[in-house]
Amino acid sequence: MYSEKVMDHFSNPRNVGEMENPSGVGTVGNAKCGDIMRMYLDIDENGVIQEAKFKTFGCGAAVATSSMATELVKGKTVQEALEVTNKAVMEALDGLPPVKVHCSLLAEEAIHAALWDYAEKNNIKIEGLQKPVNDIAEKEEDVSETY
Amino acid sequence: MGKVIYLDNAATTQVYPEVVEAMTPFFTEYYGNPSAIYSFAGEANKAVTQAREKLASVIHAKPEEIYFTGGGSESDNWALKATVEAYANKGKHIITTAIEHHAILHTAEYLEKNGCDVTYVGVDENGVVKLDELKAAIRPDTILISVMTANNEIGTIQPIEEIGKIAKENKILFHTDAVQAFGHIPIDVDKMNIDMLSASGHKINGPKGIGIMYIRKGVKIRSFVHGGAQERQRRAGTHNVPGIVGFGKAIELAADNMEERIKYETELRDYLIERVLSEIPYTRLNGHKTDRLPNNASFCFRFIEGESMLILLDQQGICGSSGSACTSGSLDPSHVLLAIGLPHEIAHGSLRLTLSEKTTKEEIDFTVDELKKIIERLRSMSPLYEDFVKKQGK
Repeated sequence: MYSEKVMDHFSNPRNVGEMENPSGVGTVGNAKCGDIMRMYLDIDENGVIQEAKFKTFGCGAAVATSSMATELVKGKTVQEALEVTNKAVMEALDGLPPVKVHCSLLAEEAIHAALWDYAEKNNIKIEGLQKPVNDIAEKEEDVSETY
Repeated sequence: MGKVIYLDNAATTQVYPEVVEAMTPFFTEYYGNPSAIYSFAGEANKAVTQAREKLASVIHAKPEEIYFTGGGSESDNWALKATVEAYANKGKHIITTAIEHHAILHTAEYLEKNGCDVTYVGVDENGVVKLDELKAAIRPDTILISVMTANNEIGTIQPIEEIGKIAKENKILFHTDAVQAFGHIPIDVDKMNIDMLSASGHKINGPKGIGIMYIRKGVKIRSFVHGGAQERQRRAGTHNVPGIVGFGKAIELAADNMEERIKYETELRDYLIERVLSEIPYTRLNGHKTDRLPNNASFCFRFIEGESMLILLDQQGICGSSGSACTSGSLDPSHVLLAIGLPHEIAHGSLRLTLSEKTTKEEIDFTVDELKKIIERLRSMSPLYEDFVKKQGK
């Protein structure tokens, strides 16, 4: 059901991890739907993305799109990173099954959320960037008492 | 393909070689239509009769109360739709449960759209149907109670005898979807007051595409598939003779060693459950601890998602299943896991492993060893786990 590229990025995900003091971090999706992506970006003074890291809770496609999204934004300027759309992620992965297209949308959202955080922290406005809507903060439930 | 560890026997089972052997002559040699008059068809006719007798005897039914169908889903559809049709004069209310298989649930929803009232009784945290809720749901116009014998996802066995008693006391027909239970655990339609029962061949090492419906004598439901006069005019269509013969052989084998198989599978299942729960943190067992199908182990692992787990298990040759949204084709995780009260994020991390009598301890050990690594790996990349660890550290 998945392309070889998707399987490769799922089995050997690039850039998994956390980042201390990231330039921007964004978390999108919600546990209710089964997908959460968190993206960390390290952006230098010239506005170039030096490093990208991610953590994802979700299916194979969710992991693969996160991995590919981090690969695609690395080395790009903030403006260029905005052009890494869900379509670009999907194409880079040689396509996704129709039911998994929302995973690529989430990857795009994750990039936007991290960039939004970066913009807010630095008090700048990134041309063409809307405030990401797909945030999970308000939906977070404490389930640690369940066991 | 390398070695496969097949732990998805609730999905379907291997057709035993003895079953194939019993079926083969009815493709190639005795291919006559059992409804035909000439003696060449006699062998086929005789074989259908024998299979019917075997299937009936296992649930203490009479052979003429067994009707061959195309499988469990057809039987479930038939039970609900035909009861609604036949008992329209009495009422249009059906009681079923929130954890039924979709063959029941989607049929019930279809009937609701066509003017029926359906009550979906809830279950407790172990997946056991709430009997007080079921009793309270009974109305003067209730015509049918349909409760599965055992749940396909979490394995919980329902108090069928008590439900049958309630149905009988209230003069309501009782149907049970026994697709997961038939041939696996003892069922007695008389003792349990079952009026209708659905079962399927491929869950007990028989072929796919063959099922039965048991209909107690006196139950008035009519034909669902119209056509020829087969099955005492209640289910048209040329008999699937090889399928019927295979189903008969499969139930013969299953019934012959049911006791030993239950003992073997239960021990191995409990060993699997014990290892998983003690060696993998933040894990829960779904379903009743003891009143569960001998071969079913169902877990939820927190902070991870089921499909990822299945792909990684598959890479090690291990076949399992999950009730996560991603495997169901919708955004919602399994209705069964939600019905037992699990939050969405935990229900997404479910894994069902269903054993067979051929599953070995070595296979279970290998599976648990791999599972530990897989869970650890997925957690290490889960933002939920990251948050959880940070919270713990505070």
